[in-house]
Amino acid sequence: MARITLDHLAHAYRANPRTAEDYALKEIKHVWSQGGAYALLGPSGCGKTTLLNIISGLVRPTRGRVLFDEIDVTDLPTEARNIAQVFQFPVVYDTMTVRENLAFPLKNRNVPRDRTARRVEEIAGLLDLTRVLDRKASNLTADMKQKISLGRGLVRPDVAAILFDEPLTVIDPHLKWQLRSTLKEIHRALDITMIYVTHDQTEALTFADKVVVMHDGAVVQTGTPDELFERPAHTFVGHFIGSPGMNILPCRVEGAIAFIGNTMISLRRSYRTLSGGERIELGIRPEFVRLQPKGAGLPVQVRRIDDIGRARIARVEMSGRPLAASVPDGISIEGSEASLVLDPNHVHIYANGHLVAGEANGGHGA
Amino acid sequence: MTKTLNNRAWFFVLPVFLIVAFSAILPLMTVVNYSVQDTFGNNQFFWNGIGWFQELLDPSSQLGEQFLSSLLRTLLFSAIILLIEVPLGIAVALSMPREGWTVALCLVLMALPLLIPWNVVGTIWQVFGRGDIGLLGWTVNRLGIDYNYTGDPIDAWVTIIVMDVWHWTSLVALLCYAGLKSIPDAYYQAARIDGASRWAVFRTIQLPKMRRVLLIAVLLRFMDSFMIYTEPFVLTGGGPGNATTFLSIDLVKLALGQFDLGKAAAMSLVYNLIILAICWVFYTVMTNVDAERERVEA
Repeated sequence: MARITLDHLAHAYRANPRTAEDYALKEIKHVWSQGGAYALLGPSGCGKTTLLNIISGLVRPTRGRVLFDEIDVTDLPTEARNIAQVFQFPVVYDTMTVRENLAFPLKNRNVPRDRTARRVEEIAGLLDLTRVLDRKASNLTADMKQKISLGRGLVRPDVAAILFDEPLTVIDPHLKWQLRSTLKEIHRALDITMIYVTHDQTEALTFADKVVVMHDGAVVQTGTPDELFERPAHTFVGHFIGSPGMNILPCRVEGAIAFIGNTMISLRRSYRTLSGGERIELGIRPEFVRLQPKGAGLPVQVRRIDDIGRARIARVEMSGRPLAASVPDGISIEGSEASLVLDPNHVHIYANGHLVAGEANGGHGA
Repeated sequence: MTKTLNNRAWFFVLPVFLIVAFSAILPLMTVVNYSVQDTFGNNQFFWNGIGWFQELLDPSSQLGEQFLSSLLRTLLFSAIILLIEVPLGIAVALSMPREGWTVALCLVLMALPLLIPWNVVGTIWQVFGRGDIGLLGWTVNRLGIDYNYTGDPIDAWVTIIVMDVWHWTSLVALLCYAGLKSIPDAYYQAARIDGASRWAVFRTIQLPKMRRVLLIAVLLRFMDSFMIYTEPFVLTGGGPGNATTFLSIDLVKLALGQFDLGKAAAMSLVYNLIILAICWVFYTVMTNVDAERERVEA
């Protein structure tokens, strides 16, 4: 059981990194608290597996330290850390039975035989593997094998954290959900820190209490699923999380007014600190953009309305820029002319991709 | 569904049939023909029935005794070769680098012996082992060990075995290396996390994953060593005495040296049957292992 601290960590796979581009993982400071369920979310190649391998000790970071509680483990080998890892493709020892697989980490650590046997039974019960304990591990389906991998981590009573590297990639869709709820149950039952790497936002948001979003080797935001949804700190987060993602519109901001083409949008806060050279964008989630029959609001052209089950999403064009908006129940749109109403509380301004806080509207601006 | 019958298809089979008949079936039938006849020259042949075979398989006859001892010698040689080259090949493969420029260097160096023609290998070792001008023979003699592969049967065997190990261990090593390379990194990482020792990693991951290529390596090395001819022929000529006369050398002596066509034909047929039998056993074992694996994985 431990709190894991990443202290100014950075990693480059090539020797003598100079520019920021050389780093597969840019400097990161983060604390994973004991017992938390975390997700590390990002597209392929964003550095999340590198980060995971640094925590488990398979990769030694170029710079910075890894602390378990207060102990520096940066130079400790994997086997000396109390870490378990479940990989993308199930790793089982083919020649062994499920029971031998589960007992393997304990056998390697010279745990007495009777204690091993008890522990294996216990974990097998937890993972619902009791029925297959005496079968050959190679004989089982992918989801069973992933459970065995997980079980090999769980049998060690001293394990501080379990790291998952996209563990559901090769699992059949209808079993993914089951396996994920098994993970949640185990997390609740055992109070173990879990760090779950994935590129699938649904997996991340349903599994984790806290999601760390990575992009291009850097952490762009850490927060609860709600925070990521309500207040994306980076246009990447806005775009990557949510389906459809956030509308990101290039704009010009003067005080508390944003101009998108010829359309004027008044803002809740004013942004007077923006200098001229930045790329300014306005972000708003489709959920906070309401489509209405032509009238008050911003005039738009409706291209298409998609029914995505729980809601209707309209694809519209505003001053020539595509936008997604939600269509409230009971509203029907005639023709292609309509209006948009933006919820001003959820309009965010981004400079070079990063959220700008702005100041409360005072005597200046509109 | 009805199959389209088209007799023109035979024209496509015919060339293959002709080539096989010309290169394999006719010569084989000639051998069968010789094996049941005797000749006293002048291209005159006499029917001998299964006489040669009876003599060949009767250890109390001179021919039978000669055949049996050659066969046992060859089997012993193959056994020694497998016992040395397979473990050694695995060990070499395990200690080869996994990445970097040294990989290419290692692969090239390892492949070198495999590229040398067999009679050249024999010549190299023939000179290398000589006590007067050969570096190996000279050095060993200087160390105070009496070594003479042309006079001492044990020395001759040791030289041939060392030569074969030098020539062919790379093949086993390269095959094993390919097997090792195909193991995903995650297995090693998982083993490290599970605290597995080096030996445990070998036993539980590497060896099981290498099993298929190892079967192929064993099969190839068995067949090659069982039919070995050129290298010992060049090195020792089968001597001293008959100490290194393997089946193939024996057969060539009989057929081309003494021109005993009947005996040689009978011997080569039996030799052929032995190889077929052993290969069949190997094949059955291998396919059974695979079938079991598939059944288990299904």
